[in-house]
Amino acid sequence: MRIKRSMARRAVAVLGALALAGGVAACGSSDNNSSAGSKPGKLDGVGPITLATGKDTTGTLNSILDEWNKAHPDQKVTLTELPEDADQQLQQMVQNAKTKSDAFTVLNLDVVWTSEFAANGWVEQLPEDQFPMDRYLPPVIKTAQYFKKLYAAPYASDGGMLYSRSDLLKQAGIAKPPTTWAEMTADCKKVLKLPAGKGMSCYGGQLDKYEGLTVNFSEAVNSAGGQVVGSDGKPNVNTPDAKKGLDFLVNGVKDGTIPKDALTWKEEESRRGFEGGHVVFLRNWPYIYALMGDKKDSANKVAGKYEVSPLPGLSGIGKSSLGGHNLAISKFGKNKKTALDFIKWFTSEKNERVWLTKNSQAPVYGSLYDDPALQKQFPYLPTLKKSIENAEPRPAIVNYGDATAAIEEQAYAAISGSKTSDQALKDLQANLAKIVKNQ
Amino acid sequence: MTTTVQAPRKPATAGRARKNRRNAGTGRFAALLLSPTVLVLALVIGYPIVSAVRLSFLVTHNGINPTTGMVENTTHVGVDNYAAIFSGDTASQFWNAFWNTTTFTVAGVFVETVLGVLMALIMNRAFRGRGLVRASVLVPWAIPTAISGLLWKWIFQSEGIANTLLHTHILWTTEGFHAWVAVLVADVWKTAPFIGLLALAGLQMIPGDVYEAAKVDGSGPWRTFWRITLPLARPALVVAVLFRMLDALRMFDLPFVLIGAHKHSVETLSTFAWYEASNLRYGSAAAYSTVLFLYIALVAFVFVKVLGADLVGRGVSGRKS
Repeated sequence: MRIKRSMARRAVAVLGALALAGGVAACGSSDNNSSAGSKPGKLDGVGPITLATGKDTTGTLNSILDEWNKAHPDQKVTLTELPEDADQQLQQMVQNAKTKSDAFTVLNLDVVWTSEFAANGWVEQLPEDQFPMDRYLPPVIKTAQYFKKLYAAPYASDGGMLYSRSDLLKQAGIAKPPTTWAEMTADCKKVLKLPAGKGMSCYGGQLDKYEGLTVNFSEAVNSAGGQVVGSDGKPNVNTPDAKKGLDFLVNGVKDGTIPKDALTWKEEESRRGFEGGHVVFLRNWPYIYALMGDKKDSANKVAGKYEVSPLPGLSGIGKSSLGGHNLAISKFGKNKKTALDFIKWFTSEKNERVWLTKNSQAPVYGSLYDDPALQKQFPYLPTLKKSIENAEPRPAIVNYGDATAAIEEQAYAAISGSKTSDQALKDLQANLAKIVKNQ
Repeated sequence: MTTTVQAPRKPATAGRARKNRRNAGTGRFAALLLSPTVLVLALVIGYPIVSAVRLSFLVTHNGINPTTGMVENTTHVGVDNYAAIFSGDTASQFWNAFWNTTTFTVAGVFVETVLGVLMALIMNRAFRGRGLVRASVLVPWAIPTAISGLLWKWIFQSEGIANTLLHTHILWTTEGFHAWVAVLVADVWKTAPFIGLLALAGLQMIPGDVYEAAKVDGSGPWRTFWRITLPLARPALVVAVLFRMLDALRMFDLPFVLIGAHKHSVETLSTFAWYEASNLRYGSAAAYSTVLFLYIALVAFVFVKVLGADLVGRGVSGRKS
């Protein structure tokens, strides 16, 4: 029975693909997706659904789904595992939407994809009154909204933190991690004078030319009081404040505060850089906290010698970029009432606690960060909460892929020294304006 | 590549006519047997090509409704996707990708051919452990490209083996000429054995008495190589080089894995088309893919015509007729 259904679905997908091929041939036709009005569409239909999500490498997901399926035998959720790579997940979900296939009901969307799916009318608007909006961390809600309407339920969050070598800070007589860039540089100078600090650089982040650079660039700009895209959705990056942010990275690479190697660093490379004792301070996500505690790894010189604090900024605590995932309902899926009920249950506080304890996934509810038992298991929770509360979502642009490519292009040109930061920001402003206008 | 069905010859005599009828019947029967294959080929090769070409002529304009924020698309038929190759913002990106594709192919295949022929000459000699050498030379070729991309990524890390051996501190995977070199080195490492093996097959076809005759006539090794070995191994070598060129022109996985997506120094036409498609610009992605398809077809055509690459096994003499 189940096999039959999945075959039928596949047949539908194939037919859908053919229909699409035929559909685009109708030239001059205007594809208007204005059906999504100001009110959420009716979400009805009860029955089996699917959850499309990136590969679950931990096995936690299946045990949680089993719990739901046992309680709702007539509304079973089938897991559709997509590749681990985020680009491929996006590609498959877009393909599913373009063919209007009902193969995916609930979509696990990266926070930066929400605008694209909402604007194209690929996901349903969700009723805000059915979600505990007041208990979410406020910045998290922003990533689930488009034009002030809710299109997805917050499911996982993430924020950058500053990892410091607590042993070296202590040796240099520094009581607590820095809160501004100037403090960080001053602290670092003291550390580098120590015998143990010989040959080290100050600060590292993810500066390879990929999505991580957009994250690090946006953080620098926001932490200096600038912005990449204003609240009106228009790019506003050619400003003195934004330049101060970019210059933190550009001058850092130039004067060696940031090692040249950081231009090849993604998350894992930067972790190894920190573990190998190459930098005093590192910007990274919470997931490395537990990994760096591994004392058995001989390349890891920092087990038990690091602490976390919120990211530093120009004149006070900085602003992290927001990571994370939201759950949305595909417009073309079936049994949307079940989907809504499932999402509410799946992202409930009880399940978020499981995600945190089993997978170290940052919850979307503020209360979990204050739980003493959880804080004992995850000492970084208070810092992470502060980081997320201060965080800025990445630019909410429908053509996010183009926007992030433009940001990577110019930011990379500036930090690798092939362009001045003035010129890079000027070009970035022009390119982003074109992308927003063309979208 | 091309399938030719021999048409039944005209009946010369009445006696042969009966036989020919049977031949015609056999031909029809053969066509009937082949039809499923032809149908499958049309479905999995013909249809995608036609569909991609059609897609490349569809121009989509996206707009966003300022009050609802919803995307509104209009699609019409036109040559805008092809016009964008010559003017506009993406033109320089296209020609950059075109240039990289061409330079990777020309430089890569040249170095691979030289090294491959050297390998073949060594493997062609009788020495102890020859079987082992032949097998080990094939190892790079047997490793999936994506995996060899990862291996070379480790080698070219800032603290990797390459920098340690060369006593340099080059950031190979950052934008610049060094990234191009890194991809080329990895590509040569992987595919020189392919040319080596095909060239070896060519060398083994050369009868030993030719060499003996050359020796008797007092020809030195250098002259023997240029006058005997190379001309006689040429048919095999030309086919090997052609296959490598067609392969190199659609290079995707090595630059993608080793250096990264959308890095201009190593972006090829394939990766650029992928980038366009992943940003939902299917029209221009299809146009770039079509251009690449035509480019490869042109190279293959020129190669077969000018150098007389013998693909269907007509033998050396069949070239002229």
